[in-house]
Amino acid sequence: MAQSPSGPQTLFDKLWDSHAIVTREDEQTLLWVDRHFVHEGSFHAFNKLKERSAKVSRPDLTFGIADHYVPTRRSGRSIDPAIQNMLDQLERNTSENGVMLFGLNDPRQGIVHVVGPEQGLTLPGLLMVCGDSHTSTHGAFGAWGFGIGASEVAHVLMTQTLWQRKPKRMRISVDGTLAPGIGAKDIALSIIARIGADGAQGHAVEYAGSAIRALSMEGRLTLCNLSIEAGARCGMVAPDETTINYLRGRPFAPKGEYFERAAEDWLRLMSDEDAQFDREIVLDASEIEPVVTWGVSPEDALPITTAVPDPESIPDSGKAAQIRDALAYMDLKPGQKLTDVRIDRVFIGSCTNSRIEDLRAAAKVLSGRKAKVPGLVSPGSSLVKQQAEAEGLDQIFRDAGLEWVESGCSMCVGMNGDIVQPGERCASTTNRNFKGRQGPGARTHLMSPAMVAAAAVTGHLADVRPLIEERS
Amino acid sequence: MQPFQCLTATACPLPYANIDTDQLIPARFMKRSRAEGYGSFLLHDMRFSSDGSEIPGFPLNRPDWRNAQIVVARRNFGAGSSREAAVYALVDYGVRCVVAPSFGDIFASNAVNNGLLPACVGEHDAESLIRLLEADAREITVDLQAQNITTNGVSTPFTVDPVWRMKLLNGWDDIDLTLSQGEAIAQFTANDAKKRPWAVPRTG
Repeated sequence: MAQSPSGPQTLFDKLWDSHAIVTREDEQTLLWVDRHFVHEGSFHAFNKLKERSAKVSRPDLTFGIADHYVPTRRSGRSIDPAIQNMLDQLERNTSENGVMLFGLNDPRQGIVHVVGPEQGLTLPGLLMVCGDSHTSTHGAFGAWGFGIGASEVAHVLMTQTLWQRKPKRMRISVDGTLAPGIGAKDIALSIIARIGADGAQGHAVEYAGSAIRALSMEGRLTLCNLSIEAGARCGMVAPDETTINYLRGRPFAPKGEYFERAAEDWLRLMSDEDAQFDREIVLDASEIEPVVTWGVSPEDALPITTAVPDPESIPDSGKAAQIRDALAYMDLKPGQKLTDVRIDRVFIGSCTNSRIEDLRAAAKVLSGRKAKVPGLVSPGSSLVKQQAEAEGLDQIFRDAGLEWVESGCSMCVGMNGDIVQPGERCASTTNRNFKGRQGPGARTHLMSPAMVAAAAVTGHLADVRPLIEERS
Repeated sequence: MQPFQCLTATACPLPYANIDTDQLIPARFMKRSRAEGYGSFLLHDMRFSSDGSEIPGFPLNRPDWRNAQIVVARRNFGAGSSREAAVYALVDYGVRCVVAPSFGDIFASNAVNNGLLPACVGEHDAESLIRLLEADAREITVDLQAQNITTNGVSTPFTVDPVWRMKLLNGWDDIDLTLSQGEAIAQFTANDAKKRPWAVPRTG
């Protein structure tokens, strides 16, 4: 929808305008990039620079973070040589270009989308990119974050800019109050189930409404993180006092008077009252239940109180075939109650749900209980780990029988060797239930940290609400 | 980058929705250098069973389609991870065009940057093409200039972003174009430093 520059603007329009360097006749715009994160997978892009004998254009705006391949069990174990090589390449590529690296042994190391906000590298109004699709996470601060591929990473490294065409704008409003035990993950999965895994393709999403305003920064990060699972390249929440309070005092954020002046600018970053969106989606928070996925796409999500769908009852033959294929892979029966699905292990971690609040939510359910299945808990950063240990959460996880390990992408993507075994069923706080995502033949059910804890203590997919009520 | 203009080649139907980039190339293969080639990893876990043997029913394993340079799939092709290795796997296998009703945004950008055409067709047209290919393996022609797909006299239109079309037709690479914008970039950063002094990270 065309809008005149003087007319009402969406938050996204404002971010677009503040980063546009030039616009060509064909409507491609060259955009300025404020922050660029590179992880171990960036070696393809650095090799492209070497082919051209080029150097990183703005090392001061580029930050290296080791997360995808880092081992989560570090002491006294040798690292697989192929994985060590990935870590060494990142070390070499960043040091040769004068880029700061949060490496394996840095006390601030962690998952890029946890460390960025934690360090105050993520700020409102910034355009942030990374060769990782979950860069949408940073939108929680009213930043414009999106994932890019290796060719684009090379382009940003060499020029600190990117060519883009302006996407359409979509607003997703969630009004009302969430019931106890229900959080950002349930909101996000409900949205994806409603609009589909490609429902927001080609759109920049803004999340609005009283239920979004009520979310903590951790909740907003989870919500924006999952924007890509609805096909949106970015998702954002306008900055407010919650945002400002989170940022004050962060290591890389402005300090003192500079911070207060910046905060004034940031609080003006919001959609104008009459701004038009190309598409509007509205959800009622009070209707959102704890959600789990049953299939092999995040769109295959349902409230825990329901049952596995029956392909025979689906008139669309393509959709029915898709469900049959998913049920075969997941080894589920049509009509089977979701709470009857037994699990083999749990995983708590990933850029989606590994922040301190996520660990507290899981620990609250696990406290004084025993897990019936094995599981791994990997905090989102070394600082989150430290905080959790200071609060005694590690002890709760250990007492419940779960393994407490170091931070990294870990079992979300299995690159470091933390995998779910073939045929095993895992209740996971991660972002993708794709076939083989957590390891070849792995069966993944996505859900919130509290719901993973409920699955751990019951041994099957379970509604966390009664377990919370017993406590209050 | 190799330009894409018109291609007549064997097309393989992949009658699946949501073929994500984790399926296009499982993460465990991404430690290799590109020079070693990524083609053997394409759709690895759909093509091969755990003992390494080919899964006979999978379309790309059938002799008729083994050498396909075009694939036709259902909606949301290339969703998920931004890994450009998914495109490398397709390109190194020999695929030059993917036809589908919708694509993951990041995948589609990556494809274009590697000379691989993401051709978007209506859902109904995708089904018709899949049925046609399944009934009788054949070559199809993808004409980027005319933006249509033809086989045996049947013509199907497709869409692609006009900028991407020009890039593919000419084999253009963005980087040289961007480097010619040095002055505009310098001017932008000078102004921006005044407007958004907080945008540069505080260090030390």
